[in-house]
Amino acid sequence: MKVNANQEVEVKSNLVTGSDLLVQALEKAGVEVVFGYPGGAVLPIYDALHRNDTSFKHVLSRHEQGSIHAAEGYARVSGKPGVVIATSGPGATNLITGITDAMMDSIPLVVFTGQVAEQVIGTDAFQEADMIGITTPVTKYNYQVNNIADLPRIVNEAFHIATTGRPGPVVIDIPKSISETVTINDYEDDFYLPGYQPTVYPNPMQISKITDVLSKAERPVLLAGAGILLSGATEELKQFVNNWEIPVVTTLLGLGSYPGGDNLSLGMGGMHGTYTANTAIYESDLLINIGARFDDRLTGNLQHFAPKAKVAHIDIDPAEIGKNVKTAIPIVADAKQALNVLLQQEVNRGDYTKWLDKLKSNQKKYPLWYDRGDDPISPQWLIEQIHEKSNGEAVVTTDVGQHQMWAAQFYPFKNPDNWVTSGGLGTMGFGFPAAIGAQIAKPDHLVISLVGDGGFQMTLQELAILKSQNLPVKVVILNNDALGMVRQWQETFYEKRYSHSLFSENPDFVKLAESYGIKGMRVSDEKDVPGALEEAFSHDGPVVIDCRIDRETCVYPMIAPGKGMHEMIGVTK
Amino acid sequence: MKRIIIATVQDRGGVLNRITGMLNRRQFNIESISVGASDVRGISKMTFVVEVSDKQKLEQLTKQLNKQIDVIKVLDVTDKAIVTRELALVKVVATNQTRAEIMTLISAFRADVIDISKDSLTIQVTGKPEKVDALISLLRPYGIKDLTKTGLTAFPRGYQPEQGFSELNSISAHG
Repeated sequence: MKVNANQEVEVKSNLVTGSDLLVQALEKAGVEVVFGYPGGAVLPIYDALHRNDTSFKHVLSRHEQGSIHAAEGYARVSGKPGVVIATSGPGATNLITGITDAMMDSIPLVVFTGQVAEQVIGTDAFQEADMIGITTPVTKYNYQVNNIADLPRIVNEAFHIATTGRPGPVVIDIPKSISETVTINDYEDDFYLPGYQPTVYPNPMQISKITDVLSKAERPVLLAGAGILLSGATEELKQFVNNWEIPVVTTLLGLGSYPGGDNLSLGMGGMHGTYTANTAIYESDLLINIGARFDDRLTGNLQHFAPKAKVAHIDIDPAEIGKNVKTAIPIVADAKQALNVLLQQEVNRGDYTKWLDKLKSNQKKYPLWYDRGDDPISPQWLIEQIHEKSNGEAVVTTDVGQHQMWAAQFYPFKNPDNWVTSGGLGTMGFGFPAAIGAQIAKPDHLVISLVGDGGFQMTLQELAILKSQNLPVKVVILNNDALGMVRQWQETFYEKRYSHSLFSENPDFVKLAESYGIKGMRVSDEKDVPGALEEAFSHDGPVVIDCRIDRETCVYPMIAPGKGMHEMIGVTK
Repeated sequence: MKRIIIATVQDRGGVLNRITGMLNRRQFNIESISVGASDVRGISKMTFVVEVSDKQKLEQLTKQLNKQIDVIKVLDVTDKAIVTRELALVKVVATNQTRAEIMTLISAFRADVIDISKDSLTIQVTGKPEKVDALISLLRPYGIKDLTKTGLTAFPRGYQPEQGFSELNSISAHG
């Protein structure tokens, strides 16, 4: 009898639940942090998090959208995949904005959604939503686990797919019946993906075509996109650019891929890019795009985009090459690998002296400009102050709109992976939770979240995380009591009919912060700004600063919608 | 221009939905799709007939298909020597007076009668799309009660001559 009892204990200890398998798979994948929110369909998973002494921590948000944007911020700054758990139905659908955002901006995420038990899938059960159907168009790939034996393999495949090639979000939908099933613990996790083999190494023949045309070109421009950052190729880019003396235009998401303010940097291109950057692309006879996707906010009217240029495009995603812009030299490769091969080529540059001189003189004649007020604060000056007080070394996250463009224009990033913004999807409410993830990725780094009063109110409930995790994020609200960019477009294109873009009721953000136990500050006079920023940045904990900025200020210069790069407005005062 | 594209795909859940959803979202115009098992277990073949405006759009289509994780291989067979077939079932009105006439007519198309009732005949025809369409237009005057087509399925021929077959196929692909 005694012997039997012992045997039974031994057998039982070898049994685990599907949720335990999931926890093990996450640990094996090297996950450091999981952003999530519990609910009915993920109760077995949350129980496993509680029972197991996990090697990763869990950060509890106050809304699933907060979880996923935090995971995006974490991924963007750490270079590791962001991991999210949410429950079925509303928990999962609350993630859709973040999943789509990550898809558009190539951010690696592995997202676990709970699902109702298999027996009731398809019956409109309580909190059931077809997450595979809903997320198929906005994920790199998705899975529903229908057999517990597949779970370790699926998790392994998901991390592989999310982080390799062009990164992106992968969703794993786990029915409750799978996560609570008791099973043995000996499943294989070898992945099998015959249809997924991203091309990493460039065709050397194509690479030598680039150096060939470079040696004949007179007006070359290099366009640096987020692909440089994602492949960790900033050093290689710097060396290549300096060897050949090619001027560099950066995309919005590519800021930091080449040091802003450097001699060969022309700044950001596109709708609110610099005059010099945009005219350089317009005038160029050779445009080398590394890791950018020729987004319409960059190109403006395609008819007028680089009309005189031969285009070379290096991208890890073949489908991006030739999608929007006709490409003479297509190269499918990882940016770092392509640059490595480019660096092996003999440097035999053409004569770019006249071209570089012209760009220098454009930079001198048509710099970014703004009007100074004192009360309320001029927003561009505020960004410059933030740049100065943070030595240009802070991690900066933004929402979407005017403050985002001012940050892109007036906070030159000298280092990579310090800039976290929502580019492709343009997600309001992104910036603040993204800063939470960024701070978790870099606990000792100064993280500044620049937000507008509009976007902040979409996800400000995550102030609770700042408090609970004691994350010293500095939230700077550029508060104009308006949806500034909407207001600007209504002023410019809708004869000042300000339809629902002006806020008459905003909360007292200082008291709001204080109600979460967070230090709140307000500045409305320019002379108080330097002191306030110093106080906030040196404060050992989170701070919310409500900065009262001028409502009438517009973002300039600008390429109006439908116009070409050579038709900028607001180039000079 | 009309193109015939064959995709070899991993037979995972939702793969058809994934691909048609992508084609629809990216505004590609699909004329027909046929899907079936291949000789390898777990691998399916999809044959698309698509209408694309230009070469650039065609390139995008094949690239987007290739980008799908489940897609193993994409082949644009339009310019190759290929065999194409589709199958149609046609239920046509047939009276005592017309029945014999219809049966004679379809024999020239090597079509078969697969069901007979008091007032109708159901005809099965297999072949290239233009042959199928020719028969359908001949049957139309008798009164078509019901019609269904499988969509095109295609194979490259075992023997590929050096010369392209684009012209030949662009005719045969007209549906």
